Amino acid sequence: MHNFLFGIYPYIALSVLVIGSIARYETDPFTWKTSSSQLLRRKQLILGSVLFHLGILVIFFGHFVGLMTPIQIFDALGISHSAKQLLAMGAGGIAGVLSLIGGLLLLHRRLFDSRIRKTSSFADIGILAIIVLQLILGIGTIFVSAQHLDGHEMTKFMTWTQKIVTFRAGAAEEIADVALIFKLHMFLGLTIFVLFPFTRLVHMLSAPIRYVLRPGYQIVRSRRRHPAE
Amino acid sequence: MSHLLDRLNFFQSKELERFSNGHGQVTREDRAWEDTYRNRWRHDKVVRSTHGVNCTGSCSWKIYVKSGIVTWETQQTDYPRTRPDLPNHEPRGCARGASYSWYLYSANRVKTPLVRGRLLKAWRRMRETMSPVEAWTALQEDPILRASYTKMRGKGGFVRASWDEATEITATANAYTAKKYGPDRVFGFSPIPAMSMVSYAAGSRYLSLMGGVCMSFYDWYCDLPPASPMTWGEQTDVPESADWYNAGFLLIWGSNVPQTRTPDAHFYTEARYRGTKSAVISPDYSEAAKFGDIWLNPKQGTDAALAMAMGHVILREFHLDRQAEYFENYCRQYTDMPMLVKLEEKDGSLVPGAFLRAADFTNKLGEENNPDWKTVGIDEKTGEMIAPNGSIGYRWGQQGHWNLEERKGEAETRLKMSLVLDEDHDAIEGVDFPYFGGHATPEFAADNHPEVLTRNIPVKKIKVGRKTIKVATVFDLFCANYGLDRGLGGDWVAKTYDDDVPGTPAWAEKITGVSRDKIATVGREFARNAEKTNGKSMIIIGAAMNHWYHMDMNYRGVINMLVMCGCIGQSGGGWSHYVGQEKLRPQTGWAPLAFALDWGRPPRHMNSTSAWYAHTDQWRYETLTSGEIISPIAPEGDWDINLIDYNIRAERMGWLPSAPQFKTNPLEVAKAAKAAGKEIPAYVAEQLKSGALEMSCEDPDAPENWPRNLFVWRSNLLGSSGKGHEYFLKHLLGTDNGVMSGDLADEGRALPKEAKWHDEAPEGKLDLLVCIDFRMSTTAVYSDIVLPTASWYEKNDLNTSDMHPFIHPLQAAVDPAYESKSDWEIFKSIAKKFQEVAPEILGKETDIVALPILHDTAGEIAQPDVKDWKKGECDLIPGKTAPAFVPVERDYGAIYDRFVALGPLMDKVGNGGKGIAWDTKHEVQHLRDLNGEWQEGPAKGCAKIVTDIDASEVILMLAPETNGEVAVKAWEALSKATGREHAHLALPKEDEKIRFRDIAAQPRKIISSPTWSGIESEKVCYNAGYTNVHELIPWRTLTGRQQLYQDHLWMRAFGEGFMSYRPPVDLKTITAKVRDKGDSLVLNFITPHQKWGIHSTYSDNLLMLTLNRGGPVVWISENDAKKAGIQDNDWVEAYNVNGALTARAVVSQRMKDGTVYMYHAQEKIVNTPGSEKTGLRGGIHNSVTRATLKPTHMIGGYAQQSYGFNYYGTVGSNRDEFVVVRKMQKVDWLDEPAKKEAAE
Repeated sequence: MHNFLFGIYPYIALSVLVIGSIARYETDPFTWKTSSSQLLRRKQLILGSVLFHLGILVIFFGHFVGLMTPIQIFDALGISHSAKQLLAMGAGGIAGVLSLIGGLLLLHRRLFDSRIRKTSSFADIGILAIIVLQLILGIGTIFVSAQHLDGHEMTKFMTWTQKIVTFRAGAAEEIADVALIFKLHMFLGLTIFVLFPFTRLVHMLSAPIRYVLRPGYQIVRSRRRHPAE
Repeated sequence: MSHLLDRLNFFQSKELERFSNGHGQVTREDRAWEDTYRNRWRHDKVVRSTHGVNCTGSCSWKIYVKSGIVTWETQQTDYPRTRPDLPNHEPRGCARGASYSWYLYSANRVKTPLVRGRLLKAWRRMRETMSPVEAWTALQEDPILRASYTKMRGKGGFVRASWDEATEITATANAYTAKKYGPDRVFGFSPIPAMSMVSYAAGSRYLSLMGGVCMSFYDWYCDLPPASPMTWGEQTDVPESADWYNAGFLLIWGSNVPQTRTPDAHFYTEARYRGTKSAVISPDYSEAAKFGDIWLNPKQGTDAALAMAMGHVILREFHLDRQAEYFENYCRQYTDMPMLVKLEEKDGSLVPGAFLRAADFTNKLGEENNPDWKTVGIDEKTGEMIAPNGSIGYRWGQQGHWNLEERKGEAETRLKMSLVLDEDHDAIEGVDFPYFGGHATPEFAADNHPEVLTRNIPVKKIKVGRKTIKVATVFDLFCANYGLDRGLGGDWVAKTYDDDVPGTPAWAEKITGVSRDKIATVGREFARNAEKTNGKSMIIIGAAMNHWYHMDMNYRGVINMLVMCGCIGQSGGGWSHYVGQEKLRPQTGWAPLAFALDWGRPPRHMNSTSAWYAHTDQWRYETLTSGEIISPIAPEGDWDINLIDYNIRAERMGWLPSAPQFKTNPLEVAKAAKAAGKEIPAYVAEQLKSGALEMSCEDPDAPENWPRNLFVWRSNLLGSSGKGHEYFLKHLLGTDNGVMSGDLADEGRALPKEAKWHDEAPEGKLDLLVCIDFRMSTTAVYSDIVLPTASWYEKNDLNTSDMHPFIHPLQAAVDPAYESKSDWEIFKSIAKKFQEVAPEILGKETDIVALPILHDTAGEIAQPDVKDWKKGECDLIPGKTAPAFVPVERDYGAIYDRFVALGPLMDKVGNGGKGIAWDTKHEVQHLRDLNGEWQEGPAKGCAKIVTDIDASEVILMLAPETNGEVAVKAWEALSKATGREHAHLALPKEDEKIRFRDIAAQPRKIISSPTWSGIESEKVCYNAGYTNVHELIPWRTLTGRQQLYQDHLWMRAFGEGFMSYRPPVDLKTITAKVRDKGDSLVLNFITPHQKWGIHSTYSDNLLMLTLNRGGPVVWISENDAKKAGIQDNDWVEAYNVNGALTARAVVSQRMKDGTVYMYHAQEKIVNTPGSEKTGLRGGIHNSVTRATLKPTHMIGGYAQQSYGFNYYGTVGSNRDEFVVVRKMQKVDWLDEPAKKEAAE
């Protein structure tokens, strides 16, 4: 079971994430959106959304860098495991709390504002609830981590992640003995990957970064297929 | 190819070039997504159609079809252009019309024929062994079986049926009824032919062929202003909305132009940009109010006082202190002001009597022809009494002098308006005028002036033999009636506007609440503009004022202002009464098709107000007595009778139509006459006199006299116009109802003298109610059979309006959805079934139509005096002192064959309208060539009318408005009567023939025709009365002029010879018995036209429900809401003895205290909870109303006051009603499952 959940399930999750997202983008491009409810009610949205997104972005990149960077690089840079863990707990904790506050605001609004509730799909409510749960679990791990500050546990997750993404065997064994809360957090995280293509989360893939970098204030999309000669 | 792959182009530069110094950038990006939006608006075809909805908009629309489905609609913009300096007609349309396509595929669509389950079950059981007629007979003669479905009306229980079965039941019921009781027991109600002429004609043609009854609507809706026929002899004729632009002063009186005339409102805006002054009069701060330079908000129901005071100012400043030349000349030539009125002695004082006629002189002023009907004035040139050209006596029996030239015969004349100069009168005498303002219900202001006001009048004495007749001009009486001091001394005349004398601004201020200086300013500005512009002051007026019991006073007050300022008949001026899409422009071409005049004449018409009043037994609950409305100076007479009694007398004297006519089946009466070897009119007269034959009106509750079958199509009688809704449910339908009133006997009121009283009132008079609709309306819900009809985008038809001069089509953009069929096809199929089932009991029969004395016929000058044959005051002479009794041949075995063929009478008798006739042989031959000709059968040799387009072609070919050749013929026919040449108005268009395909291409402007009083021209807009003023064609009144004095005995008896202010009547509907303890808020119940629907249509449309509050609402003021503890959006209940209704409250500063508005025709089919008072679902706006008749509207046989279908007759007023309004304690949606008995 453990091997399935943390050895095989990650691949299923990632496959669904990638293939599902591509399929949705191809077949139903007009559903590829944030489904913002700002038009229906601004109240609670601005504060909740900003806190939530700010926190989530920090957490996302924190997890990404923290888990995907080979341990040797930290060693080479002379950052001790313990320091890294403290950084992760500190920054992650703060971001997590911000996100959680934002998420709860959004969830409250989504459930108890009748206009928002009426226009919400099952998926809209479900994914928000799951993310909030995931945030709680994530923050919960901090208390477990605080009991062993040597960074040893943390390296297990790094190894696991890197083994998974590099298709090496034995990833699941690396984390066989970690605390249950970590396992729950990881399982739920993988499940979010599975749900990703079927929810509004796909908007993450379409961040309008170029808009920020645009050179002119008026952009004209050409009908020409090729540059003018 | 792939959205994703197409975007994987990170190595390719996005940028193609830059511009504007690098601020702009041309990029290369995939644009395929844009096609989605292009496809969203891509369609297969666009078809021109419109909405047949009685909004007067008559807007042409583009209907978009995609994959065989109607997707949306947009406004057409291709109306023919106007002319330089005048804005064009488009854009025309509104949010309601734009949401119509929702209906086509909505859940509310009637998809298949539906029959009440219990009825169908019984029918099928009977039909196993019996023929259709036997089956229906068995069903009707078993009271338990009959009640098993009639009592279930409105409680669900419909099952699907086939077309064959549904039409068989319908046709059989009709045949059975015709045989058993008479064809005049088969009623059909459908309104406003102008909104879909062929659909109307389909049902009325079927009914007319079988002898059924076509019921009127314009009067029942109370949209008919009886003041118009009284003054002009014209049902209603008004300027097109483009003419607003030509006005110099627009007075908007009780009309909410942007809300209820949305497509036309742009002309109002444009007129304001042009610099037109405008005043808005409305008790509430309506949407129109913001257009005005000034807003006057009188107490609701007191408009007559306001109009009277403005008239007072106009007379004072423009007719008396200074004579505006234009006004004076206009009034002399075009009004009855110079005509002489006899002053009669009553109890020692003088009262205005009848007009002086040529017949009053021993030498009859040399008039041989109709001296009784030629009014008399004084010629200034000779000082002689003359009977000038144009009065109605010149219209009939002679030719060439019925015109408004200032002549007597060929001699030039100039009539004297006033006898005020010393040399002109023989004496100054006191004349009595009634005053009604002294008594009012506590909600309205009353003053302490006496009920008779004596005022000094210059009088001339004429010696006729040994008698001396005292006479005065209408003008002098008119000025006295307005309370103007002319230096003649005496009481009740005012020198200044501040005098407290009835008629002055100070007096009106007390009654209306509008300050005297505002009244004076608006009156003065109105007249000043009219003087400067020769009559370009216009009053736009809505239904509001016409819905009061004393609507004539409101309207005549307004009309007087227009007439004294010479505004009628002048472009940019006039009376713009926009209420109902009553202008059926090709009327005379349509009438033969609609009333089967090509097969038999006359058709059977009935005035609905009187009919519903009698047959829904509302008369049994009448609270208004004639004593409350009779004039204090009424001539001697038996006036103390119930209102229903007046109606019975009117029917008996041939004033109003009757349906059913006689207690005996007219087919049987005809047979008896034949057996007796007598002519039918003589036989009927003899039988009536002997009492062997009774008129049905005298005993409306006898089972023989009930209407038995009712068709309702293109209408929502029960959900919209049915005043006294709960009485309909109780007596006509016999189902659950909210009536809380006791009848006359219960309440100890006087029982009628003429109408037979039954202690037990019948419930469930109708055997069969058939509703034909595309949506499940309230009427459909209460019907026995519901037939699904094509919507407005699924049939071919014609549409016109009074708001613009165009005729344009409805067209089938798609085939009728589900199992629906067009109305034309539905009635064809019923006719076919009828032809199959009827021969079992009916063959070729002679029917007798009791025809009232009709306006615009030679008979209209039948009764100079009021005499009732039944009381022995005169002999019964059919067509003279009683209705005419006209035999009409019916061929019940050929109803369908006749339906689809243009019958032989068009060739033999020709066509005509409004008193003129012309030959139509040429047009009939054109139709044979165009539509084809039947080669065999009962209609051999007749032109075919098989499809709805064939029917449209018949209308277009026969009507002068759409066939120039006919127009020229019609004008020439009129020329004979007037002795003047009129054909020049149509000659330039003689070769123009508008056909269906022409209007499918573009709306077409109609051709000028004598049916109407305006012209279509490149120089002026359409405006009513234009040809009267400019072609000198008389108004079709007694005097031939705009008649401001009404001299009929009943008019004088009820105090309405002249206009005056009459407070709203007391309907006494909030009794101590009905009123619950603690309910303190009593409000005047007002039902204007709404913003989110057109009558009941669209009010169940999701898009419109979303824009408003999603269900029924009433509007109340903040102060009133506070008193009853009501907050905005609370559920409230309104009730009185007539019933109760539920709605949400809209609490608004806009509202005037003391009133509650319920936009009319919000149905109880969407979001309506049960009433705590009645325990029944909601109630509609008409649940708290009851129709009340006014005797003056029954007058007949007297020139312009003669009956015409939708032209004259009783009207269904409803504004004088009060309700108790309270917050609902418990909102019960009555959502429990249907009981077993109801579900079956």
